[in-house]
Amino acid sequence: MAATDIARQVGEGCRTVPLAGHVGFDSLPDQLVNKSVSQGFCFNILCVGETGLGKSTLMDTLFNTKFEGEPATHTQPGVQLRSSTYDLQESNVGLKLTIVSTVGFGDQINKEDSYKPIVEFIDAQFEAYLQEELKIRRVLHTYHDSRIHACLYFIAPTGHSLKSLDLVTMKKLDSKVNIIPIIAKSDAISKSELTKFKIKITSELVSNGVQIYQFPTDDESVAEINGTMNAHLPFAVIGSTEELKIGNKMMKARQYPWGTVQVENEAHCDFVKLREMLIRVNMEDLREQTHSRHYELYRRCKLEEMGFKDTDPDSKPFSLQETYEAKRNEFLGELQKKEEEMRQMFVQRVKEKEAELKEAEKELHEKFDRLKKLHQDEKKKLEDKKKSLDDEVNAFKQRKTAAELLQSQGSQAGGSQTLKRDKEKKN
Amino acid sequence: MDPLRQSPSPCSSRPSSPRTPPCETLGDVGIEAVLDQLKIKAMKMGFEFNIMVVGQSGLGKSTMVNTLFKSKMWKSTLPGLGVPTPQTLQLQSVTHVIEEKGVKLKLTVTDTPGFGDQINNDKCWDPILGYINEQYERYLQEEILITRQRHIPDTRVHCCVYFVPPTGHCLRPLDIEFLQRLCRVVNVVPVIARADSLTLEERETFRSRIQHNLRTHCIDVYPQKCFDEDINDRILNSKIRDRIPFAVVGADQEHLVNGRCVLGRKTKWGIVEVENMAHCEFPLLRDLLIRSHLQDLKDITHNVHYENYRVYRLNESHVLPRGPGWVNLAPAPTDPPATPGPWKVCRRAHDSSDEEC
Repeated sequence: MAATDIARQVGEGCRTVPLAGHVGFDSLPDQLVNKSVSQGFCFNILCVGETGLGKSTLMDTLFNTKFEGEPATHTQPGVQLRSSTYDLQESNVGLKLTIVSTVGFGDQINKEDSYKPIVEFIDAQFEAYLQEELKIRRVLHTYHDSRIHACLYFIAPTGHSLKSLDLVTMKKLDSKVNIIPIIAKSDAISKSELTKFKIKITSELVSNGVQIYQFPTDDESVAEINGTMNAHLPFAVIGSTEELKIGNKMMKARQYPWGTVQVENEAHCDFVKLREMLIRVNMEDLREQTHSRHYELYRRCKLEEMGFKDTDPDSKPFSLQETYEAKRNEFLGELQKKEEEMRQMFVQRVKEKEAELKEAEKELHEKFDRLKKLHQDEKKKLEDKKKSLDDEVNAFKQRKTAAELLQSQGSQAGGSQTLKRDKEKKN
Repeated sequence: MDPLRQSPSPCSSRPSSPRTPPCETLGDVGIEAVLDQLKIKAMKMGFEFNIMVVGQSGLGKSTMVNTLFKSKMWKSTLPGLGVPTPQTLQLQSVTHVIEEKGVKLKLTVTDTPGFGDQINNDKCWDPILGYINEQYERYLQEEILITRQRHIPDTRVHCCVYFVPPTGHCLRPLDIEFLQRLCRVVNVVPVIARADSLTLEERETFRSRIQHNLRTHCIDVYPQKCFDEDINDRILNSKIRDRIPFAVVGADQEHLVNGRCVLGRKTKWGIVEVENMAHCEFPLLRDLLIRSHLQDLKDITHNVHYENYRVYRLNESHVLPRGPGWVNLAPAPTDPPATPGPWKVCRRAHDSSDEEC
């Protein structure tokens, strides 16, 4: 390496060199975009809210399609998360959309642990990504990113203030995900109540230190629109998939006896604002915040938990390699242990089986012996009987011969008489 | 089995594969707007590109860089005038920020004066390989920090332009050795330098011989066949592969030709116009490097070469000595994936027939 001498003129004060002509790298953003288009995008939304607040309907309305799924009942024993992935296509842009909904949120009598499944789910996605990133052979660019990019928190339209369940859940979630609070089913609130409600909500969030997602205002092209939208948070939305004819256009709306609420009318609700902010203006920023802020925070905490201390720069890469090694040894050790265990279990099972078989064999032998004995007994009995029968027969024969003898003797003496008498009897 | 992997919540935490086929959204949802968002973000962040030029002295490397980026990156060294040929291979890097139509590009050019100039050129590729690996190592160190920066500065070499001297015969052993080693760690684009000394027929024969040499020695230059994603890419890249190595001429002086001001080399028998496709293939090189494949070069460096290095480094970590050696990067491997193993990391899951070499 002594031959290498790298002279570098680099640093923050890089010279900006003027170009003498058209070089052509202004096509770079287009190249980047084309590459991204061919790879496709992915976006994951988490909808947190009580049952019946219109989460699925809002998703249907936002993305203009009917996502499958039946409404949940109120009898869930605990909070569960239901997730489904869809491939949406708009002109040449493909989006892999994952919608995760809470099922049974707010339905239990004891809601202390309601936030836990949600937090665990979000952490599990981060964990999966971290695992993939830490792998030795990894394929990050084709990895299906399942981290939650945006969390829509549905607030019930009571008109008063936030429920304590909402506050607690949002407080737990604000450091893990971008929270966008929205007032669901806002056609139940009148305009004046709505402004008061919004002010109350924002003040409660601020006083409790809940960090909701602020639309970024650092880039001039979107600073203005984001700034105004930030003031409108939380958005009061209405979802509807029914189309009604209003004027001479078909629009999404909800019809009441006293009027029709149009979903896409900005005077009626903030749905258009939500769609603008969520999809059209800030989707990329949401993804970036998730990756660079929330995920990095999770990663840092996780790695520190695993045993890396932020001592000095030298030890960091050092100990990561050490841990890799330690983990590998641990893993190999575990493998060996498991192998041993399995082997022992196998041996044991074999022994057991053998013992069983021996038992069975013994039993069979016993049975055989018993049967044999039985058979012999029977045979003996039979023989005895036969013998006795033979004896009887013999005795009978003897008696018979004896009787015949007697008879023949008797008949010779007075046999004719008896014969005559017999004859007379017969006649 | 991994103790770190928590068991997910009651439902599958990995989203299930889509059951519905891609549905056309009726009306506009506005998903397309994400492309604009991407563009804005990219323009704000700016781009980085690191290019390395390798070749013997006098082949016109510095001039070529100046021509490519139409600015005075380097002072082109006039041969034989005052500048002594370096006794050892020294790498020099220069970073400039150039801007065009709002797009900022931080360009780093690394030159290798002294390459192949000695009498004994054995292992002259080691410093270059060491430099490339050092950049990977730097990126790796940044990536595995606990608190890491939002945007890791990317100093990895995205493209290496190798200048083949216009002998007209075939690749020399030095070229073959170097290319073999280098194409495994970085994207290599070989070019025939000073092509104005070859006639068109000589060029074609030279080119086909070089292509034959490359095939015989299994040297996979950019654009690599195994990374073609779809049929369009394949068609486009096959056209490029047919013309590799490009026969280029560099010039940074302008002359008047037919009333137009063009970059060219003035000789007694005519002016070689650099940007004229009939004269040399410089436009092809420029288009490949800058206008159409720049992002692709960066992607392949990041997704393939860097990953290969990372795999190798993390796998061998228990073999290499510990201590200051880690951070000093001194024992950084000068000849990493010499085994075909790590090379198999492919961008898409292609059939293995593409991966050979």
